[in-house]
Amino acid sequence: MILSWLHCMGTAILGWLQQFGRFWYRFIIGDDWTVAATVAAALAATWLLHMAAVAAWWLPPLAAVAAVGASLRRVSR
Amino acid sequence: MNLSSVFVTTFLAAAVEVIEMVIIVVGVGAVRGWRSTWLGAAAGLAVLVVLVLALGTTLTLIPIGALRLVVGSLLLVFGLQWLRKGISRVSVNGLRGMGTRSASAEGIPDHGVDWTAFVLSFKGVLLEGLEIALLVVSFGATAQAFPTAILGAAAAVLVIAGAGLLARGVVERIPRSALQLLVGTLLSSFGTFWAVEGLGVAWPGGDAAILALVGWYVLAAAGYIGWLRQRAFKLVPLNAR
Repeated sequence: MILSWLHCMGTAILGWLQQFGRFWYRFIIGDDWTVAATVAAALAATWLLHMAAVAAWWLPPLAAVAAVGASLRRVSR
Repeated sequence: MNLSSVFVTTFLAAAVEVIEMVIIVVGVGAVRGWRSTWLGAAAGLAVLVVLVLALGTTLTLIPIGALRLVVGSLLLVFGLQWLRKGISRVSVNGLRGMGTRSASAEGIPDHGVDWTAFVLSFKGVLLEGLEIALLVVSFGATAQAFPTAILGAAAAVLVIAGAGLLARGVVERIPRSALQLLVGTLLSSFGTFWAVEGLGVAWPGGDAAILALVGWYVLAAAGYIGWLRQRAFKLVPLNAR
């Protein structure tokens, strides 16, 4: 009985974790991973430039628009 | 600093944060539905109240920079998804399209909590609420006038949130495709602003940079819509025109 209860709990927790992971995947990655990857790379580059005392506030908005453009171009082909 | 100037300063500073909070909540609610959006806002408010009661004036110990970076990055990547979808849909259907599209076709669950709306609203309310609380703590401590600073911030919340509730009806009348484009633009702008600020990088012009970012994303969206329409027009065979 305890084993079957543990099995049920394990299945429920696994299902919940899967749903949780799927939600965050859809939220962050969506249907084009390149946009999120470009944003992450742009933020990392901005931080590195900031550490080197270079004002890089312009980089993320520029990279974001470029990533959206590249994504639209791929979809519209 | 006298009491009236503490009130006015806190009111104006808090108003900027409340405007951002209300834009996120109203925009997300209009696109994804109100129930989960209100639930997210209420949960964000509850966490905020617990933090304020538990930490009091030591609220300044919260690493607000790291919080801005995390919330800003998440809003930016999600906002760009909506911006991209909005651009595609408006370029195909125009601003009046998609008005009758069903909620389930948009990926919004018919039953239960829509976690996307919940999370967006929760993060907006928690981050902006924390910023308002930090403003109250810093102005209140500097001028030794906590009650006046709290009153100034509370007045800003009442006035701007009231205006947001009144604007709800107008926002809901905007066609879905245009609304998704608009909210995507705003989420991307706020997300970019907070993420960069969270890295410790100062924006030229301070909070006014948000307006420049909105303008930048609107221009980019308009350019891409024009480009996609031109491309679609070129792909139509001459005898089909």
